[in-house]
Amino acid sequence: MKYFDIVVVGAGPAGLAAANAAAAGGGSIAVVDDNPVAGGQIWRGGPQQQSDIRAGAMWAALQAAPNVSFLPHTRVLYAPAPGQLQVQTAATAGSAGSATTLHFNHLIIATGARERLLPFPGWTLPGVTGAGGLQALVKGGYPVAGKRVVVAGTGPLLLAVAATLRERGAHVVAIVEQAPLPALARFAAGLAATPAKAAQALRLFAQLRGIACLRQSHVVSARSNAAGVLDAVRVQRGKSGAEQVLDCDYLACGYGLLPNLELAQALGCATTVHHGQTVVQTGSWQQTDVPGVYCAGEGTGIGGVDLALVEGRIAGLAASGQTQRMQAALDERAHWKKFAARLARAFALRPELATLAADDTIVCRCEDVPHGELRAHTSWRSAKLQTRCGMGPCQGRMCGGATEVLYGWRPDAVRMPIAPARIATLIATADV
Amino acid sequence: MTSSATTLVLTIDAHTIDVPAGVTVAAAIALACDGVALTRRAVGGAARAPLCGMGVCHECRVTIDGRAHQLSCQTLCAPGMRVQTLGGAA
Repeated sequence: MKYFDIVVVGAGPAGLAAANAAAAGGGSIAVVDDNPVAGGQIWRGGPQQQSDIRAGAMWAALQAAPNVSFLPHTRVLYAPAPGQLQVQTAATAGSAGSATTLHFNHLIIATGARERLLPFPGWTLPGVTGAGGLQALVKGGYPVAGKRVVVAGTGPLLLAVAATLRERGAHVVAIVEQAPLPALARFAAGLAATPAKAAQALRLFAQLRGIACLRQSHVVSARSNAAGVLDAVRVQRGKSGAEQVLDCDYLACGYGLLPNLELAQALGCATTVHHGQTVVQTGSWQQTDVPGVYCAGEGTGIGGVDLALVEGRIAGLAASGQTQRMQAALDERAHWKKFAARLARAFALRPELATLAADDTIVCRCEDVPHGELRAHTSWRSAKLQTRCGMGPCQGRMCGGATEVLYGWRPDAVRMPIAPARIATLIATADV
Repeated sequence: MTSSATTLVLTIDAHTIDVPAGVTVAAAIALACDGVALTRRAVGGAARAPLCGMGVCHECRVTIDGRAHQLSCQTLCAPGMRVQTLGGAA
């Protein structure tokens, strides 16, 4: 058992900003993350490795703070009681892994987002990854030098992914963006309100010179070679629907981001629908409706690193009782929320994307449940009970985002443990 | 990370390979075959490979040092590690 004034779950920008702001309050703080190093997705590989100087500066400050502990490779499993979280540390070389209960007065949920992946024929082939997914793999040393990659899906993330891949020696065959040109043009014009984002976009376009950017286009299917590995994708271009085959070794395809809500939901935090997405409902200090529990970053709605940083800061100040220092952060948050709204409008999914799966296309990858078995059902619960959709190790995290788009289902409440747990962990803490 | 000067040795199925320190097991599997890292077999028998890259989808799970269902995208390589893919004999 370990006791902390504040536990922060997630060591991405929101979590690090929260811990950093709270540290000045003097209480004991733990930052928990399931990855081996801090940084979350956008600062993957460690905050000290990033070109964004805010990352390194915050990490250095946290390392120097005597009241902040970092618990890497640690997953939150469930809440045994209010004010407690059961966590499990992964087995690593020389250690079998361990389990412990964290006690806290305040909890800041900064669990970030995952990608929304949509099923199409061939999307289960080896070589098809998420867009941010391949970027994350590459940042972990996954080799792409000399490989042909199609980057597809939607959102500004595609540009960042293509830039990372090119930097690591990949041949980016094309960037395939589903949003139509007028929406993209409006979004680009809106960047005038956020000069730093505009500068970032210009830098990315310079890095991506020479790569074909197809707009209002999407991947309709993926094909394999004799070895069962991806070797080409079929892309539908523009309104006319002309199709084109692109040979490739990898398809990095993601349709935007979805907040990771499982921990907040498991704790009973209320959610709401914002810009068409289910998000954690928060008040002006990032507080949820559960006393002592705050949420910051993508969990409150997809808004990017700048919104995550300022929300984290507000949550950290609120949880540590430093509310008098908050006004500037509240103003900044309002500014970045407007950016988030423009992002959601520009990259709204086109309805065709919900119609790509064939009857034999697998939708639930954990349990191999195809579209043909699912489309007759009227709810997530019915499908789950009769087909095992969403009952594998990802617990519906991947197919839940897809079935929402395909069938309009919203997943039921989450069940604990919210991640696969070792039996030894459960036995050690069972109240029997 | 890939430009790291130090390397370490681990075993992927029957192959012993050298990888740069700091890379993930998913990366090591791809380095070992110079292609897509095949990690597990689906319920229907098809080979699967890393998908989300961030510990959510569980497609990248492999057996590491005899322990099944380890996420190769979130595990860093360690010297002497033994990795079994595609449900290879444990």
